[in-house]
Amino acid sequence: MSAMTALPLHDLTLAQQSQALNSGQTTSVALTQHALDRIAAHAALGAFLHVDADGALAAAAAADARRAAGQTLGPLDGVPIAHKDIFVTQGQPTTAASKMLKGYQSPFDATVVAQLKAAGVVSVGKLNCDEFAMGGANENSAYAKARNPWDTTRIPGGSSGGSAVAVAARLVAATTGTDTGGSIRQPAALTGITGIKPTYGRCSRFGMIAFASSLDQAGPMARTDEDCALMLDAMSGFDERDATSAEQVRLHNGDLTANRPGVIGRDLAALSLAQLADPARPLAGLRVGVPQEFFGDGVSADVLAATRAALAQLEALGATLVDVSLPRTELSIPVYYIIAPAEASSNLSRFDGVKFGHRAQKYGDLNDMYRKTRAEGFGPEVKRRIMIGAYVLSHGYYDAYYLQAQKLRRMIADDFQAAFKVCDVIAGPVAPTVARAIGSSTDPLQEYLADIFTLPASLAGLPGMSVPCGFSDSGLQRPLPIGLQLIGNYWQEAQLLHAAHAFQQATDWHQRQPAAQA
Amino acid sequence: MALTPTEVSRIAQLARLELRDDEQAAMLTQLNEFFAIVEKMRAVDTSGVEPLYTPLSAIEDVTLRLREDTVTEGDNREANMANAPARDEGLFLVPKVIE
Repeated sequence: MSAMTALPLHDLTLAQQSQALNSGQTTSVALTQHALDRIAAHAALGAFLHVDADGALAAAAAADARRAAGQTLGPLDGVPIAHKDIFVTQGQPTTAASKMLKGYQSPFDATVVAQLKAAGVVSVGKLNCDEFAMGGANENSAYAKARNPWDTTRIPGGSSGGSAVAVAARLVAATTGTDTGGSIRQPAALTGITGIKPTYGRCSRFGMIAFASSLDQAGPMARTDEDCALMLDAMSGFDERDATSAEQVRLHNGDLTANRPGVIGRDLAALSLAQLADPARPLAGLRVGVPQEFFGDGVSADVLAATRAALAQLEALGATLVDVSLPRTELSIPVYYIIAPAEASSNLSRFDGVKFGHRAQKYGDLNDMYRKTRAEGFGPEVKRRIMIGAYVLSHGYYDAYYLQAQKLRRMIADDFQAAFKVCDVIAGPVAPTVARAIGSSTDPLQEYLADIFTLPASLAGLPGMSVPCGFSDSGLQRPLPIGLQLIGNYWQEAQLLHAAHAFQQATDWHQRQPAAQA
Repeated sequence: MALTPTEVSRIAQLARLELRDDEQAAMLTQLNEFFAIVEKMRAVDTSGVEPLYTPLSAIEDVTLRLREDTVTEGDNREANMANAPARDEGLFLVPKVIE
């Protein structure tokens, strides 16, 4: 304990901060003030769109008062975190990184925000992202580019770019993100942190500004699997205000249980208990599926090498590698980029300049007001996706595009179920390359193609995780992180977190720190 | 199959987006590049496959939940209208639509 608290506060993980609070070695106000100071010192990283110093310090003081009175709310009471600016928050502005929502003040909290608040977390502000979560580089933010702490000339990935930067640069220990086609996993991989997208339906989408409703899921980003587990456990649970929220989830032992906070922690504890039989081989009995389609020509040599080394590490920990096939991996790109824009064009029709958000200054009739308002409020990528969506849903094209994509989506989900007959988790790269330079891509289609390994699990609604598994220094000025993707079957988040934990006990990739941000 | 400038205009109208000429030209190129990769998807035989509209229906029957038709939220009109660009006496204001 004494060694731990000798560390600067920002080097403590969320779990360590929680312990330090419990033992009285620090206070929530001290942790929060330290986070605020670091956020200010590293403002050039573009991680935050809004910082709420007064609100955060007041919440921290309240957490300290609860603790003093013996009424602490749980392990997260008093730890500072921040929310992706896709979650609506009462008392802090919400923009979705769009000009469309500049100055928007939500009259309510997203359910995930409310749940974390109920667990006592202190929200220090709102994190940068791609506009309406559309993008993979955080270059589509209407306000600021976010920079990769490992090399500030590089992208941090996206769309949860600010969420990744804030954790990687140790501004806060954990953040929330959202993942529609890889928006938690890919930035986690590119910045060397850990992130998990849960099973569709595990976390409420209420108050998460909708991009593609059948794909969107909230999840945590942090440095360790342990911190992700703490966060996800507090964020998850059934919510009657989300029509697709799951009332029940399946435990690792196959039993059904009510979907509520705490379930993942208990499931994880049961798995950890089982591993005590053979501590040197904590993953004994785990069958890791290796899809050949994730190791093809499109993947750069450094990513391939790090991913293969990670597979060998899993094997050394007792896991068995099994060849599996996900034959429609490449087709997941057009399937996703039909379905997600179709849902986006429908969801974003609410931005009409009437009830909230931007309205054009000058316009003629009502229709002209809509057209000018939306032309001014949306950025190029959002417009592109609205156009694709409007087209594929339009009369005469629906069957050929949207319906065909939804049928292929079923085939992609069935491919996973066939693979899960012979394996428990699937492992492969998160992204085909390390982080590219900011401003180096001019072709939106190339950006879509880079999502190839995160899209299949999104389409199937399966949980997916990114775990730091190495660095590339080939031809680079500074080493850049690489992430291992683990995909589990429905509701098997505990199994992913358990495998990630064993991996992180045996490796130190997740403990590395960007030198420039020390 | 390639989109024409006329079709791009029509889609922009459907989407209520005013596009400048240069935006429209760039959009035409980008959409056509995009739909070129979509052709691979269209070629797959999916006859007899049920569409997967919501992911969990891959493994179980998903039924839409219905709730009681009762008021669950209190009156929060002030807060709910506070973000409106133009309003008056509890009403959202829009340009005149009926002469």
